[in-house]
Amino acid sequence: MPAVRETVETVRSIDVDAYKYGFVTDIESDKAPKGLREDTVRFISAKKNEPAWLTEWRLDAYRRWLTMREPTWARVDYPPIAYQELYYYSAPKSTEGPRSLAEVDPELLRTYEKLGIPLREQEVLAGVQNARVAVDAVFDSVSVVTTFKEELAKAGVIFCPISEAVQNHPELVPKYLGSVVPVTDNFYATLNSAVFSDGSFVYIPPGVRCPMELSTYFRINEQNTGQFERTLIIADKGSYVSYLEGCTAPKRDENQLHAAVVELIALEDAEIKYSTVQNWYPGDAEGRGGIYNFVTKRGDCREARAKISWTQVETGSAITWKYPSCILRGDESRGEFYSIAISNGRQQVDSGTKMIHLGKNTTSRIISKGIAAGRSENTYRGQVSAHRRASGARNFTNCDSLLIGDRCGAHTVPYIEARNHSAVFEHEATTSKISEDQLFYCMQRGLSGEEATALIVNGFVRDVLQQLPMEFAVEAQKLIAVSLEGSVG
Amino acid sequence: MLEIKNLHVEVEGKKILDGLSLTVKAGEVAAIMGPNGSGKSTLSYVVAGREDYEVTAGEILLEGENILEMDASERAARGLFLAFQYPVEIPGVGTMTFLKSALNAQRKSRGEPELQTPELMKRVREAAKRLEISQDMLKRALNVGFSGGEKKRMEILQMALLEPKLAIMDETDSGLDIDALRIVAQGVNTLRAKERAFLVITHYQRLLNYIKPDTVHVMAAGRIVKTGGPELALELEKNGYRDYVSEAA
Repeated sequence: MPAVRETVETVRSIDVDAYKYGFVTDIESDKAPKGLREDTVRFISAKKNEPAWLTEWRLDAYRRWLTMREPTWARVDYPPIAYQELYYYSAPKSTEGPRSLAEVDPELLRTYEKLGIPLREQEVLAGVQNARVAVDAVFDSVSVVTTFKEELAKAGVIFCPISEAVQNHPELVPKYLGSVVPVTDNFYATLNSAVFSDGSFVYIPPGVRCPMELSTYFRINEQNTGQFERTLIIADKGSYVSYLEGCTAPKRDENQLHAAVVELIALEDAEIKYSTVQNWYPGDAEGRGGIYNFVTKRGDCREARAKISWTQVETGSAITWKYPSCILRGDESRGEFYSIAISNGRQQVDSGTKMIHLGKNTTSRIISKGIAAGRSENTYRGQVSAHRRASGARNFTNCDSLLIGDRCGAHTVPYIEARNHSAVFEHEATTSKISEDQLFYCMQRGLSGEEATALIVNGFVRDVLQQLPMEFAVEAQKLIAVSLEGSVG
Repeated sequence: MLEIKNLHVEVEGKKILDGLSLTVKAGEVAAIMGPNGSGKSTLSYVVAGREDYEVTAGEILLEGENILEMDASERAARGLFLAFQYPVEIPGVGTMTFLKSALNAQRKSRGEPELQTPELMKRVREAAKRLEISQDMLKRALNVGFSGGEKKRMEILQMALLEPKLAIMDETDSGLDIDALRIVAQGVNTLRAKERAFLVITHYQRLLNYIKPDTVHVMAAGRIVKTGGPELALELEKNGYRDYVSEAA
């Protein structure tokens, strides 16, 4: 592909001094030895110059992690992970990535093309070595970010890497970190607590409506935080924030295991809307090399009339283990979960949500659309529970699965527990196949088999797409079409 | 326009079309009439390119080109349109979205530029007005919750928009009351043109009072058993299919 080469050369030749931005700082020595021991945790904490309380917090997590076992209840199947063979702190990429796009899986490049991603951005996404030169050339982000930061500062919004918040906001971080997902929550979350690399921190002051959608795209230094990302978002009384995470482009990463933790806290009358588009590398046709994505995401509607809404579009990863949940603690608080999970090839998805009704007159809504194609397995797993004191709790769940072809599987596993007799929980579920009639009808009108499938699937997920911010929805729609390629015929 | 030569078709080992031959010229409106089970709908599906039908012998030529190896979308792009007997519901897909996707997919495969939304809207509105299709219907998901008559009118709207060279109408009159029938027929008559051919498949003569055919073919047991002018339809109405069925068997 001479055109690709040419652009890569052009990017290379742009004379941007990588050091000017302080990117490359003695990378080799920043690498902790393989495996996870107490020393590793101390090393990470020291590298980040963390306060003593956080070092202890990490060590506590590490010690507990040693006593825990990986959960096995999910409907996913993968070879055992050798945790002691992994690196837990590395400033990566300088020696590990492909040297140019020519070395990257051509399928991945084809996908980028379909999504209309500029070549220079492709380098970054594919993890090509030294592609940071391209980041600056492409995003030219410094000025954008500055304007953006000024506007946020005016509103009093804090939006920064969590490592920075640890240093600058001792009044907030210790109070809220781990308050939604406790250190001992589950195997992966505990591992994350011990070794988390970086992530986002957001604080919206009382009564403030965040003036823009916060997107990881605008956060500088977001490179290389992928493996054990930690995000903490606090919406103070009466505030509102919409947060976008992820990217529609499939992102390659040298680290196969990903265990992120996201904690949301909404205080009285506050609202948090959290949207994700996850499109990690799903592996090759046989599922080799894809990302294992074990994520813990939870929101706490801590006070009255708080509202948390999760919207996710999951199309990537070899394995997805993810249940964005809401604790409805405040009276009249509300939780929402809107999900599109698409699996193709050999992908395995086990995803869903938990709505835990603790306060009075709490309401929740779950709309889940699972689409399985190829030889994939797609499971919705959801829990709705009402505490003894959660009088008047209401939930509505709608769970639809769509099968494409006859070698994939769709499963729905709802758990419903009501300890309060006034709770009303509704659950609707359907499983269907794209019918031959629909496909033929669309094709008779001129759509190819793949276009027809994409159109029908987009119709199927429409209710959820509508929940996404506009630009995100348009991209997601394109992404769905690309994800389903090769699923017909 | 359309030339079918000695077509033999099986479904799951069962012979449905048995040496059918048929020619429809440009500008012609040809009617195919026949009793239930004579293979009328199979003929329309096979010509349109539905899978699961095994063509064991014969040819289908569209403008002189054999289309048997093409899939349904390629045939559509070459100007073949099938108005379905039972139009299919596509939940969640807005009617306008569907129309735009279909039209532009065809244009793309013919190497024509995509039609922009304002121009598309204009064309759709014009056709919708003729067919008494409300704006509200255009906003809904395609065919979802439409009445039988609305679905058939939507088929004609799509036909008008896609401007096919050959339009096959499969029992378009079934389930229509007299008013809807009139609207649909009028929609079709507007589209009659010297470069366009119609193949109107029907069980009853009624539709042909509104869409006047140039030729009438009688189909029985998987082939054409008689061909004549419009008067043949009237004769069938009077005497039924019995003679033809026993002859073919």
